[in-house]
Amino acid sequence: MSTQATHAQQAVVDKVIEIEILRYRPEQDEKPFPQGFEIPYHPDMSILEALQYIKDHLDSSVSFRWSCRMAICGSCGLMVNNIPKLGCKAFLRDYYPQKVTLEALANFPIERDLVVVMDDFIKKLEEIKPYIIPERDEKCLSEGTYQQTPEQMEKYAKFSMCINCGLCYSACPQYGLDKSFTGPAALALLARYNRDSRDAGSAERMKIVNQEQGVWSCTFVGYCSVVCPKGVDPAAAIQLLKVESSKDYLIGMFKPD
Amino acid sequence: MNVQPTTNALQEKKYIRSNEPVFWGLFGAGGMLTAFLTPVMVLVTGLLIPLGIIDADHLSYDKLHGFASSWYGAAIILVLVALPLWHTLHRIFHSLHDLGIKRGRDWQQVICYGFAFAVSVFVFTLLLQMLTQ
Ligand code: SF4
Ligand code: FES
Repeated sequence: MSTQATHAQQAVVDKVIEIEILRYRPEQDEKPFPQGFEIPYHPDMSILEALQYIKDHLDSSVSFRWSCRMAICGSCGLMVNNIPKLGCKAFLRDYYPQKVTLEALANFPIERDLVVVMDDFIKKLEEIKPYIIPERDEKCLSEGTYQQTPEQMEKYAKFSMCINCGLCYSACPQYGLDKSFTGPAALALLARYNRDSRDAGSAERMKIVNQEQGVWSCTFVGYCSVVCPKGVDPAAAIQLLKVESSKDYLIGMFKPD
Repeated sequence: MNVQPTTNALQEKKYIRSNEPVFWGLFGAGGMLTAFLTPVMVLVTGLLIPLGIIDADHLSYDKLHGFASSWYGAAIILVLVALPLWHTLHRIFHSLHDLGIKRGRDWQQVICYGFAFAVSVFVFTLLLQMLTQ
């Protein structure tokens, strides 16, 4: 049994897969350039593990972000053959025997190799007031918690699954064209709070939604929802917010604030 | 020390409401119409009539003229022409942005929606004329 397993393992190890990484080290490279590596192929090896193999055995200078290795921390986003993916959730077996090209997430400035500058994305997440704004501030702890039925939770649960990986910003052609767009994840997060029965901050957040840079920069391409590794469906969140914004517009016509 | 300027910046932030809901509403309604009616129109005028399955007489000039001269016929024709037009020009306006044509967005908007508006008014007047003849 065990010898058989070792043989099978051996046969697999003999195969190699080619990985090309877009390198960029700002202190020495004028512009990004591709560098090829060949590593032993395992069907159960993730892209992140492949990068770790390269860093441990071939070139210790390759930079990339990671932490949880299980699609929870959202730090390992990168372009795999030009499609935004989580390195820990994409596997070599889906590409072998073809070459795999890895690049930093599109639409973000490159900090170094596969590491991008996420500042604009984080700023947008903060701007939409991503916290519950209760009806009245002074509810005392002794009065207990804010309660919610399963139906009330269902209304926003899906939009609360975001891990802030930024894949949707990388996929969004509108964000690519105009960085002032609030963008998919931030708007999905905004919808998550506006749809929460414990929250009373909708009016404040609708001001962000109603802007050109709010939901109205979106042309419903839908690629954000395709690449999202957590099934958040930001495109649907934005469409729902467009309907809300239209209602808000009508109300605003009769009752300007 | 640092907190003060940040709060000020937040308070000073101005939100400008977009007029997009108007155009998005027309775009949505026109899109719905186009999606449902275009296949039917193609089927009727492109296949069923040429193949003789539907008598071409049903779409003769006199019949259609009569239809357009009734108030409900005129209303239907206006909706059928105007809404898909608003849909199309909204799409064109946004496609210009998608193609990266950044210059003169204001003028692009005036020309696109202005065209849809002008044709809508033109069709409206034409139908009104036929009605009151
Ligand atoms: S919505 Fe999805 S793709 Fe976008 S940041 Fe959140 S988890 Fe990532
Ligand atoms: S390493 Fe945490 S999401 Fe991939």
